[in-house]
Amino acid sequence: MPVPAIEFRGVSFARPGRPPVLDDFNLTVETGDVLALVGRSGAGKSTVLRLINRLLEPDSGAILVEGRDTREWKPIQLRRRVGYVLQDVGLFPHMTVAGNVGVVPRLEGWAADRVAPRVDELLELVGLSARQFAARWPDELSGGQRQRVGVARALAVDPPVLLMDEPFGALDPLTRAELHREFRRIQARLRKTVIIVTHDMGEAFALADRMGVIEEGRLIVSDQPEAVAASREPIVRQLLDAVPVVPRV
Amino acid sequence: MTRLIAFWLGHRSELAALLGQHVLLVAGSTFVSVALGVPLGILAARRPRLAAPLMAITSIVQTIPSLAMFGFLLPVPLVGGVGARAALVVLILYGLLPIVRTTIAGLRGIDPAIREAGVAMGMTARELLRQVELPLALPSIVAGVRVAAVVGVGSATIAAAIGAGGLGEYIYRGLSMVDTTVILAGAVPAAALALVVDGSLLWLERQLSARRRSRSRLMAVTMAAVIAAVVLLSSGAAARRVGGAIVVGSKNFTEQLVLGELLAQTIERETSLAVDRRLNLGGTLICDRALMTGDIDVYVEYTGTALTAVFHQPIVTDASAVFDTVRTLYAKTGRTLLPPLGFNNTFAILVRGADARSRGLRTIEDAARESPRWRAGFGYEFVERPDGYPGLSKIYGLRFPDAPHVMDLTLSYRALASGQVDLIAGDATAGLIKGLDLVQLEDNRHYFPPYDAAAVARAETLLRYPQILTALERLSGRVSAADMRAMNYAADVEHRDVAAIARQFLASLR
Repeated sequence: MPVPAIEFRGVSFARPGRPPVLDDFNLTVETGDVLALVGRSGAGKSTVLRLINRLLEPDSGAILVEGRDTREWKPIQLRRRVGYVLQDVGLFPHMTVAGNVGVVPRLEGWAADRVAPRVDELLELVGLSARQFAARWPDELSGGQRQRVGVARALAVDPPVLLMDEPFGALDPLTRAELHREFRRIQARLRKTVIIVTHDMGEAFALADRMGVIEEGRLIVSDQPEAVAASREPIVRQLLDAVPVVPRV
Repeated sequence: MTRLIAFWLGHRSELAALLGQHVLLVAGSTFVSVALGVPLGILAARRPRLAAPLMAITSIVQTIPSLAMFGFLLPVPLVGGVGARAALVVLILYGLLPIVRTTIAGLRGIDPAIREAGVAMGMTARELLRQVELPLALPSIVAGVRVAAVVGVGSATIAAAIGAGGLGEYIYRGLSMVDTTVILAGAVPAAALALVVDGSLLWLERQLSARRRSRSRLMAVTMAAVIAAVVLLSSGAAARRVGGAIVVGSKNFTEQLVLGELLAQTIERETSLAVDRRLNLGGTLICDRALMTGDIDVYVEYTGTALTAVFHQPIVTDASAVFDTVRTLYAKTGRTLLPPLGFNNTFAILVRGADARSRGLRTIEDAARESPRWRAGFGYEFVERPDGYPGLSKIYGLRFPDAPHVMDLTLSYRALASGQVDLIAGDATAGLIKGLDLVQLEDNRHYFPPYDAAAVARAETLLRYPQILTALERLSGRVSAADMRAMNYAADVEHRDVAAIARQFLASLR
């Protein structure tokens, strides 16, 4: 039995003076799986991601990445092995697309003649022509293009784990569907361990191998998408009912 | 206008030197303000608990009028005293507020998502600061530097009051000579300098904040650096005046400038020593401190002023007793009072000639009768000094309906002549008395102590260069009140060059 890529063991986390965000939270993600964490806004989904790359530390319990407690990892090392894509991307506005994608390789001390081809490769991977986009500035990109650059940046030094926080939340439905296809294509090639946080059940079904549903700081369901679809849990039903259905005319 | 241009052409090397000093003062202080202010701003942006007190302190510093700040710093060792160093300290303190403030604002204005992206990528705090936060805050920081530099150009004019040089020297000289041309000779280039500094830093700011290729940003920064280096080097070259072995000081009114020139030229003529002129040094207190600390070697003081304002002794009206007392007190503090120059610049209670004639005013006693219907205007010193207004009003029973207007001494002559006030306390040797048809009232109750002018020098300097003593003693008893009033008249009313007036007088002595 191989070590799971990510494991939460009885994790509790609270902001001082507030009700707990996570309460005895348990989760296992196997290497190479795509897990979609679904839940309402404020259910604690983003907190889960921030605990993995140690932007936050748990009050009790433990989070293991590749079998090691995050508190044993050096934070810098840990974060280089965990790519992170935010909802509002956080591209550096004072750097070109190539500059943004090459940030982590440069931090890792790569030589310039190694960074440049890697950047081109990554841009092509996320479906952007390097010749056309490398020299552009973030504010010259559409929302979808920015997300692609964000993904390319997160993958730059080939981290085994990729965390995505509402990565397609701000996009129009057509672009979102297109990026879903792109994501599946890329994942088929790279086989990363991925956790995607979303409030959209439809997106979860489109992307995930496994799904987890969070409500009030607890993981109430963690299963195959088909099993989740058949779940009788009232909260899961509510989330499922929110998935838009094209009306029959 | 033509007079202004003629003045500049006639003083072009001096103008270049003063402009150079001005630029150096502003550039040097701004540089240090940035070096201190940006790290402070970074610290404050990180620790909000630090930010509030830091902002409060820098704001308070900025509300202190700069002249008062120079005053506070005078007695402080190392940073205080007279000259460019103290001026730099004041300018640095003033520059801190805008820079700290804009650094904090620039850092706080960064989108949290961008900062989080950097942290999540595994940037250390230092990498985040250098690669993300500072570049994004840079336009805001440059805006702060712009404010600091422009404010600095203005504040640096005041630095002339403590002998730091710069364009303020013309402004002060012009004010004390009541000569608009000379004021403008300093004010116009200072304003132009402020505009140039403002414009070029605004350009840099725009270059940085506009989304640009990094190459053009780099070009902008490089260009700015090259221009700054060229300006600084040329200012440095221009500002370098002949560094003299002997420093002659003076207070900041016409007579003192003339006397300063007289001392300086006498030393230059009679000895082979080089002389550095630190004329226009604020008031008595500043000159006295400067003489104590060795920032200047010699200046002309008045015996009565030394007795009361410097040594805080009770007023004595016997001239030779005052001279002996003051000489002893100076000797105890390592200074030598030379024999009097020959004139007594006592306070002169002045009224308009027209009033004196129509009402038959001859003495201060006569004026006391008129005082309930009059307004008085006095210089700052006269209001405060023990031998000034409080005692005078008691002895003569002056009863002005309103408190006297406190104004610049040299402006008070004009205020009297133009009827804004009816009585002032001027200097007995003021050239304007003649120029503006003013009448000096007799001190018939002998209130004012004698104010015999005499050079006072550091004993140490005289021991090292005894030829200075010999040279200056040649002036003893040679400058009469009439001579002094004529020289003041030539400067204040005829607007002749102070150095030329002194040269002509010295030539007439042979």
